[in-house]
Amino acid sequence: MNVNVDKDAVRAYKKKRRKNIRGVFKSLMIVFILATVSFLFLAPIVLTITNSFMQQSEIKANYGQVFATDSNGGKTYVSEQVNLKFIPEMVSFEQYKKVLFESSDYLQKFWISIILVVPIVVFQVLVAVCTAYGFYRYDGKLKHIIFFSYIILMLMPYQVTTVPNFLVAKGLGIVNTNWAIWLPGIFSPFSVYLITKFMRRIPYSLIEAAEIDGCNDFKIFSSVCYPLSKGCMASCAILIFIDYWNMVEQPVIMFSDESSYPLSVFLSRINEGEIGLAFAVATIYMFLPLFIFLYGESYLVEGISYQGGVKG
Amino acid sequence: MKIDLKKYRKKYTENGTAYTTNKKKNRKGVLVSWLFLSPSVIGVLTFFLVPFLIVIFYSLTQNPPVHYDFVGLDNYTSVVNNVAFHDAAVNTAIFSAIAVPLAVIIPLLLAMLLDTKIPFKSQFRSFFLTPLMVPVASVVLVWQVVFHYNGLANEIIQKFGVESIEWFDSEYAHLVILILFLWKNIGYNMILFIAALGSVPGELLEAASLERCGYWRMFFSIKFRYIVSTMVFVTIMSLINSFKVFREIYLLKGAHPTSYMYMLQTFMNNKFDSLDYNTLSSAAILMSLVMVVIIGILFFAENRLGKDIEE
Repeated sequence: MNVNVDKDAVRAYKKKRRKNIRGVFKSLMIVFILATVSFLFLAPIVLTITNSFMQQSEIKANYGQVFATDSNGGKTYVSEQVNLKFIPEMVSFEQYKKVLFESSDYLQKFWISIILVVPIVVFQVLVAVCTAYGFYRYDGKLKHIIFFSYIILMLMPYQVTTVPNFLVAKGLGIVNTNWAIWLPGIFSPFSVYLITKFMRRIPYSLIEAAEIDGCNDFKIFSSVCYPLSKGCMASCAILIFIDYWNMVEQPVIMFSDESSYPLSVFLSRINEGEIGLAFAVATIYMFLPLFIFLYGESYLVEGISYQGGVKG
Repeated sequence: MKIDLKKYRKKYTENGTAYTTNKKKNRKGVLVSWLFLSPSVIGVLTFFLVPFLIVIFYSLTQNPPVHYDFVGLDNYTSVVNNVAFHDAAVNTAIFSAIAVPLAVIIPLLLAMLLDTKIPFKSQFRSFFLTPLMVPVASVVLVWQVVFHYNGLANEIIQKFGVESIEWFDSEYAHLVILILFLWKNIGYNMILFIAALGSVPGELLEAASLERCGYWRMFFSIKFRYIVSTMVFVTIMSLINSFKVFREIYLLKGAHPTSYMYMLQTFMNNKFDSLDYNTLSSAAILMSLVMVVIIGILFFAENRLGKDIEE
């Protein structure tokens, strides 16, 4: 029956509860901040999607003057309020119907995008896996130098790399063909870096075990290193895909003919009459990467996380 | 702890090279490994390294495709004195100098917020990462509407009693591209920081909190050491990505934007149109030199700051 101890206990309990309340309040604040930021992040995407369900007339009423073009092809400004609307007055699939069934132009550009991007993704990853294995086995000084030059190359911006790319394309006579974008894309060193970094984490004892079992190098590659790197390859593929799906520099430089531009460039060339269509096409165009994101988010996150720490 | 790790590492690499017992077999293995390397090495040589040497050669000569006159550094001086290049370089430098630190600090703060005990963590992470997936071309329409003279951005600042702004045709254009840049890149950098914060050993943090170490003290004395290398990486990546805002600018304003949005890539792009090899080559070489110097400095800083941490 010690009253003092009880008092102490009560005080400690009160302190703890105060701390708890403060902790709850704090995490509420954090959630609130994060929710606001994520709203800002998602709003443009949601707006694009909802606006694609508007009717042409509604879009014209809302944004008509934004996309009105003057005689020079620049945008003119008409003094009237522009209404940004989240929810269409009437949901309609009019725009999608037009894009998918009536005007073949946009679908064709979509197809150009796919033709340009898919080979780059597939072959860059395949080449990179082989290269990574080459770097991983029998590490030597020369290989270190080569790998380091790959890193430097990877860190060079497009301003620098497109100039040599263009010269070679010109020399090989492949300017204005898809090869001018495919080949530099396939040999771009990004995924080599990523997969090599990943492969170096494969414990050497695995390789030794395979050796003892009588595997040669090709067998070790095909039944140890390649299967283990599959996850990393998927991450790579997603990262390459989103970068090239969004390409602007390469087609603008390599193609002199605007009609062979992929959708990533062509979308901005809409004219006034087709803004509604443009929203629908924009939605279709971002649907594919968002779909991949939905199913491959863990790969994407892993892929990005592996990149940290350049020298690895 | 540090010494133990080092020992382990040494043993590990020794194991790696201990494999060189059978010399004959090893030589064959080396050959095979070069076979694996060859496609990529040949590709990189033909599409990047050899043409890069040609670019260096072009930058030192006049009228390259026709005849080759060696002119020393004349091309460089003419590029540096070119008004358009000068403006573009200044614009790009200013933009990168503002954008890159923000692209490091904001994601770090977000990652720190997500590192606490809160609900909906993975959802928030996905939300922040979504802009990375969306092609610029798809959202350019919305940006045009938002930053239109009669658009949402002006509507909001008018509520605070500020005059409307011509967002694209004034110095505020920098702010617009900055917002677009941050919108796209914050998620990517944040993931890198989350991974780095996750790699801090829990025992260290536990020990520190037993010693009644405060949150910020803990951050700067322990966590910071572990995220230095990531920070360097994020800085480099953001720098490279900050050059990619050309995409946004090109899609918003075409090949000839106002002088406020005139970036280096815009300059280069226009030189591609006129096939001005001399200017192109010397500009590319200048840029690559600047990049190498910046990256070198960052690597050096990483070595100094993170040297007491062994991975």
